[in-house]
Amino acid sequence: MADKVRAAIIGSGNIGTDLMLKLEDSEVIELTAMVGIDPESEGLAMARARGITTTADGFDGFLDLEQDVDIVFEATSAKIHAANAPRLKELGKLAIDMTPAAVGPYVVPYVNFGDVLGEPNVNLITCGGQATIPIVAAVSRVSPVRYAEIVATTASKSAGPGTRQNIDEFTRTTADGVVRIGGAGRGKAIIILNPADPPITMRNTVYTQVEEMDREAILESIRETVDRVQSYVPGYRLRIDPVFYDDYLVTTLEVEGAGMYLPKYAGNLDIMTAAAKAVGEQFARHMLGLPTEIGGGYG
Amino acid sequence: MAEKRPIRVIDSTMRDGSHAMAHQFTLDQIENIARALDESGVTTMEISHGDGMGGASYNYGFPREPETGWLRTAAGVVKNAELAILLIPGIGTQEQLEEAYQLGARMARIATHCTEADISQQHIGLARDLGMETIGFLMLSHMIPAEQLLEQAKLMESYGAQCIYVVDSAGAMLPDDFRSKVSTLRNGLGIPVGAHCHNNLGLSIGNSLAAIEEGADFIDGCTVGLGAGAGNTPTEVLTAVLDLQGYDTGIDLLKIQDAAEDVVTPIMPRPQVIDRAGLTLGYAGVYSSFLLHTYRAAAKFELDPRDILIELGARKVVGGQEDTIIDLAAEMARARDQQARN
Repeated sequence: MADKVRAAIIGSGNIGTDLMLKLEDSEVIELTAMVGIDPESEGLAMARARGITTTADGFDGFLDLEQDVDIVFEATSAKIHAANAPRLKELGKLAIDMTPAAVGPYVVPYVNFGDVLGEPNVNLITCGGQATIPIVAAVSRVSPVRYAEIVATTASKSAGPGTRQNIDEFTRTTADGVVRIGGAGRGKAIIILNPADPPITMRNTVYTQVEEMDREAILESIRETVDRVQSYVPGYRLRIDPVFYDDYLVTTLEVEGAGMYLPKYAGNLDIMTAAAKAVGEQFARHMLGLPTEIGGGYG
Repeated sequence: MAEKRPIRVIDSTMRDGSHAMAHQFTLDQIENIARALDESGVTTMEISHGDGMGGASYNYGFPREPETGWLRTAAGVVKNAELAILLIPGIGTQEQLEEAYQLGARMARIATHCTEADISQQHIGLARDLGMETIGFLMLSHMIPAEQLLEQAKLMESYGAQCIYVVDSAGAMLPDDFRSKVSTLRNGLGIPVGAHCHNNLGLSIGNSLAAIEEGADFIDGCTVGLGAGAGNTPTEVLTAVLDLQGYDTGIDLLKIQDAAEDVVTPIMPRPQVIDRAGLTLGYAGVYSSFLLHTYRAAAKFELDPRDILIELGARKVVGGQEDTIIDLAAEMARARDQQARN
């Protein structure tokens, strides 16, 4: 297995555990360590059962393992990652940050990977950002986007305490990503939690106000983008064709999860782990001297 | 003679009414309404985009003027009344709450869907830190049982809310439902309870009375009922009824009638009546501000608005999901066209 890059996951909760399962079939990443804080956690037990080295002593435990890993996926909290990030950098390990800490630049697979290659730390923005920024970027490629607005609606059950206690962080960070990575002049993000039972599948609406309305070119660009996102999130799809108005269009998306560790309706969590894997694999390919599939200059 | 029980009436003409105006209030209109309400003795008036501070969007509608301008204008003419704002976490942020405070708002109503109170902790905390009178607003209260509503109300109370509202956003609650929910909250909380009614089933005044009898001390109204769906409890009618029932609102009945008829009625784009789609909102339990969005989607796809509303109700769509309407309408139109081809 010498032809794989070794990686660790810090955080053995829902996200970390789902990512662990997703990495099992990776051709370029070998997960060798799983770091948690609760020895009883299901995530650590599942990792042990798979022969992955584990520790329940958090980041200190990870340091004690002296793991020879090059990539660290951080699935903890913004506060913990902010503390860990400088230490990971010192150790020369690439950090793929799935928390809202945003220590490093934002990354969205297929949109701006090329721009962050070489960075020691990259951030995955938010679930709503991962779901909608590719669409904003798709429209931006055809026409300058004056303003983009996204509405992310997720099942209440899939929104954890971290999101709930700091919901403004979601709206601010997502809006920022819509501008910086999506290429919109201005951005706004809205998040709605729906408690319906059975839980609703994550859905997103993207409004983009364009300078030049070229319906056919925009539609083609969006379809191409959806195909690309589907390559790492198979349950990502347009609900209906974009609806066009004079100077803006409305695109509605549904994100169904792969249903590995997380339930299928939790597309919001699934797209984060899928994007983390996609980004991690491109860094790994770069480290292995393989061509990367998702270059920059796309947004 | 026993002193009359005071009832705090919060007038939301310039917030819930924003829905009925498709958020197109001009600064002159805001100035005139604010002055007339203040002169009528209204103690608290709520001013915000219908979907709360930060609601300006494709999803909910762009206002003609930024709502900060509305607040600044009202603050300039109001002499006695307190200015309130609405903020829905997930739509508006703490920055907008602080900005509203800077512009003179001294009451913050922090609104969440009735099962999602735990997203309001930071906003309620900030409003209290700013020294604002802080109210928790549990929208679409008809969707869950009283005991569950109490659990959510207790969360908001624990964050620092000083009053909790039973909010019938869909105008779907019957008086008995209001009675049971208000009394459950009144008995289970250590803070006052309020009631926000919509008139989709023609029950806004009746529900307000039922809520007061069960101990609600805060009641919302809008002059002429100007508000989402079939509108809210008309403040001028509420003033008359509460006076007859022996409650003290501090509002001058003649002046509030004049405010309604001379200031608000002339600017209304459509009469505030219970039309068939408005009635359907209450009947199907759908968020009242979906009404105008549904009319637009129905027109674009040549559908009956009632069919869209009934389906939205069946899908248990919640407040803020205005984006679902166009999506659903497109889906229904496609199904219809397919059927026509077969």
